Amino acid sequence: MDIAIKDGKIVEKVDEKKAEVVDASRMIVMPGGVDIHCHIAGAEVNSGRILRPEDHFKDVEAKTALTRSGVGYSIPSTFTTGYRYSRMGYTTVMNPSMPPLEARHTHEELDDTPMVDKATYPLLGDWWFVLEHLRDGLLEECAAHVAWMMSATKGYAIKIVNPGGLEAWGFGRNVKNLDDPVRYFNITPREILRGLCRVNKLLNMPHTIHVHTNNLGQPGNYLTTLETMKCVEDLAEEGHPAIHITHCQFSAFKGSDWGTMSSGAEEIAKYVNHHSHVTLDMGQVIFTDTTTMTADGPFQYGLYQLSGNKWVNHDVETETSAGIVPFRYKRKSAVHATQWSIALELALLIKDPWKIYMTTDHPNGGPFTAYPHIIAWLMSGVARKKTMSKISKRARRKSLLPSIARELGFYEIAIVTRAGQAKALGLKQKGHLGVGADADVAVYDINPELVDPSKKYKTARRAFKRAAYTIKGGEIVVKDGQIVRPVFGKTFWVDVKTSLPIEVNDDIKRKFREYWTVEYENYPIPDRFLHVPAPIPVKAEV
Amino acid sequence: MTVVTGVTCPVCGTFCDDIELVVKDNVITDVRNACAMGAAKFLNYSTHRNLRPLVRKNGELVEASIDEAVKRAAEILVDATYPILYGWSNTSCEAIRVGVELTEEVGGVIDNTSTVCHGPSVLSIQDVGIASCTLGQLRHRADLIFYWASNPWSAHPRHIERYTMFSEGRFQKSAWRGYLSRLGGIMSRKRLRRAANLVLRRDVFATPEVERRLPYSMFQKKRKMVVVDVRNTRTAEAADYFLQVEPNKDYELLQAFRMLIRDEELDVSEVAGVPVEILEEVADVMVGCELGILFFGVGLTMSEGKLRNVDAALNLTRDLNSHTKFLIMPMRGHFNVTGADVVFAWQTGYPYAIDFSHGYPRYNPGETSVIDILCRDEADASLIIASDPVAHFPQKAAQNLVKKPLIAIDPEVTPTTLMADVVFPSAFVGIEAHGTAYRMDHVPLPLKKIVEPPKTCLPDTEILQRILHKVRKLRREQN
Repeated sequence: MDIAIKDGKIVEKVDEKKAEVVDASRMIVMPGGVDIHCHIAGAEVNSGRILRPEDHFKDVEAKTALTRSGVGYSIPSTFTTGYRYSRMGYTTVMNPSMPPLEARHTHEELDDTPMVDKATYPLLGDWWFVLEHLRDGLLEECAAHVAWMMSATKGYAIKIVNPGGLEAWGFGRNVKNLDDPVRYFNITPREILRGLCRVNKLLNMPHTIHVHTNNLGQPGNYLTTLETMKCVEDLAEEGHPAIHITHCQFSAFKGSDWGTMSSGAEEIAKYVNHHSHVTLDMGQVIFTDTTTMTADGPFQYGLYQLSGNKWVNHDVETETSAGIVPFRYKRKSAVHATQWSIALELALLIKDPWKIYMTTDHPNGGPFTAYPHIIAWLMSGVARKKTMSKISKRARRKSLLPSIARELGFYEIAIVTRAGQAKALGLKQKGHLGVGADADVAVYDINPELVDPSKKYKTARRAFKRAAYTIKGGEIVVKDGQIVRPVFGKTFWVDVKTSLPIEVNDDIKRKFREYWTVEYENYPIPDRFLHVPAPIPVKAEV
Repeated sequence: MTVVTGVTCPVCGTFCDDIELVVKDNVITDVRNACAMGAAKFLNYSTHRNLRPLVRKNGELVEASIDEAVKRAAEILVDATYPILYGWSNTSCEAIRVGVELTEEVGGVIDNTSTVCHGPSVLSIQDVGIASCTLGQLRHRADLIFYWASNPWSAHPRHIERYTMFSEGRFQKSAWRGYLSRLGGIMSRKRLRRAANLVLRRDVFATPEVERRLPYSMFQKKRKMVVVDVRNTRTAEAADYFLQVEPNKDYELLQAFRMLIRDEELDVSEVAGVPVEILEEVADVMVGCELGILFFGVGLTMSEGKLRNVDAALNLTRDLNSHTKFLIMPMRGHFNVTGADVVFAWQTGYPYAIDFSHGYPRYNPGETSVIDILCRDEADASLIIASDPVAHFPQKAAQNLVKKPLIAIDPEVTPTTLMADVVFPSAFVGIEAHGTAYRMDHVPLPLKKIVEPPKTCLPDTEILQRILHKVRKLRREQN
């Protein structure tokens, strides 16, 4: 079968005499990879780069005639990030946490991240406007403000991190559960989640709310996660997801303390298998030295106390917080090994691959360059067993993995690494190779008819590490794992049209000087600030 | 006549963005909301400047066309094996992005003014991390404000008014009333002192005793400010309490606070010239605050101990977080020095002192920082932008700098441009050219173009792009 490409799109057919032909026989052809959640740009990522010169020394990329130089490992410089994604056949990457006040920074970095299309999610779960409007029951006004914010920060989806907890962290506190009210605001995390879920629907956003749960990284938090999924159950329309729980592994711990910590994957998988309103991504842990960074300030402080490593905190006025702690996941640590197991259990126990996607929550669970390893674990029981034999004995005893025989096939891998993610993101032109799709194609040098990945997992791993071809927007950009043509990607943002824009502007203007330390007119990012802006127009119901 | 609002001020790290400018016939005639430094720049920026590119011929700087200057600059960079490209903190991020690309292309070293101000802070942060925030967080929440070895009243004049003591936040109110009454006291004391000195013909208040107790306001449940410095400053006068530390003893004082906060005993009667009972009381105030902030200046980074002082300060705030919320922030000087660090980091992984001579970014301050390179006389050419190292570097470094071919990009006439071999007069970014810059707390804001620059003065970004283009062309021809 042939795939015809013209003007950056997949078309019915082209003039075969004039067209350039890429011979992909005996290879796997997939749509370009889509990553739904990886921290590659912005204030916190860059603070991580500054914090960790030791992370860069061991992994450098020299300048070539075509590419810029840079450094790699857990927090690569921007150019290197783009090149490395492209070499693995990825063409679309989502940066999941952007403090709205520092949106300009995120977009400057995304502009310097070549080879991939990208978008970024503003952090809105603890924004004072959201808290106040939801507390007062002003759902439509809240929606209009969120719409303003999407356009002002050129954002793509509503990101919620530890709802309520980040505002409390402003004074060094946290919230304990979904019904623990936020001090001074008299609103609970449950109300924030439900409110923003309804706002998301009112605005017809392409993606659902993107949620990092309360109590992340605490033993026993799988109950909070189940509660979080349940709390929006009634808001979902039949068959449509209403919530995305991100890096679910970190929110699926059972037990009462670190000594008794075990996997809550079975319970979460059971819930997800019986409900259609939830999507998840894995947040796989890799046994390596990495850098954790989230907007969850209290969690990062806890991690600093646990590890004693260096710690960065960055609270952002009126909006959010952030933290960074370098971290090494060790095979022989029972907790770390259990975390490794949990993510795989989730991916294998959830029956429908359209509900769970492959991520490492780069760089929190490990760098994205480890994706081929995860693919090998998902496709091969032998690969899992091999790693299992090297991990902590206690974790091995508790792990559910030996009891799971399931091995994903290439089609399922295509779903968990691109098709499912594109669908969850509402990117209609990505994640498939149908006519009209963007001509983002990855070709991997492995013959699915001859190679059994469950046995030859190393061959599969090698193939997914270096794409034979990556085609971005109809141009061959990678050949045999080497960049052959550097290109800029687009930056998607959601341009929500509401019926109330003028009143919103007035309200925000009035409160602007009270809430922030910058002027109203210096806050929004103009469209021309982005290198290649790609607004997605959406008509809201307010 | 037009009024332009929401202008960012391209002077200090406070980077105020509420300036209003009155513009008439392409001339700024009035400035509102700015401090004296900001107003002086907006009103007088173009009174003393180069208007044409200059190239040195037979020892004399003579006027040249922009193309000629670009060609000469590109030749210098292509011929060099180890050029340094230094400055960057007073220009836009857009220009800095081109600067990194140019440095990579010529295999040189790029460094910014952090190397002579908060470079040690960066090294300490790389050791222990930093618990920080944006400035608005402090406006809303901070009830204890420390200025340590910095003097914002003179160096960041609107810092106190916009972000700390005199700003009105959601959870904390402005403390300007308390200051006014204190100011009254200070003024009458000064008047008395002057009168007494005149009558008695000697300095009667010459050495005021260290107060043995903290003032009452330090124990009130409201915003308070403490200044730690080696000398009494205007900022210190505005503070609720001024702790005078002996020069080069900041490290001892910080460590003493750490001990007290960890409930350890101090076996001495005073530390760094401050009685221990005072330290105990201050430590109690620190532990008891709702949210504290410690701003530190180059008094900490460039006095004895350097990065170790900052280590102690960062660790102090880390320790305090087990009792309350306590944050810390360096008082960055130039309006975009933070931006220079930020852009360097996202493109190369490192914030300053980056060496591209191996083809990839390498970072080893002490080896790859420009002053050290110049002192070892290793650089064989340099490009200086938006900075004046000839006036400010150590003598040996400056001598070695001017010995070799030197390119200067600067709107002003400075000792560096006078000693240079090629001079590009550029447009003033933030007045005659737009761009992006980062406030000291990493908040990015736009720099605006208010008036048209003279025709012969191009923006930094364009000058650098032209040089880069020419360098690439020359290198292609050579191969």
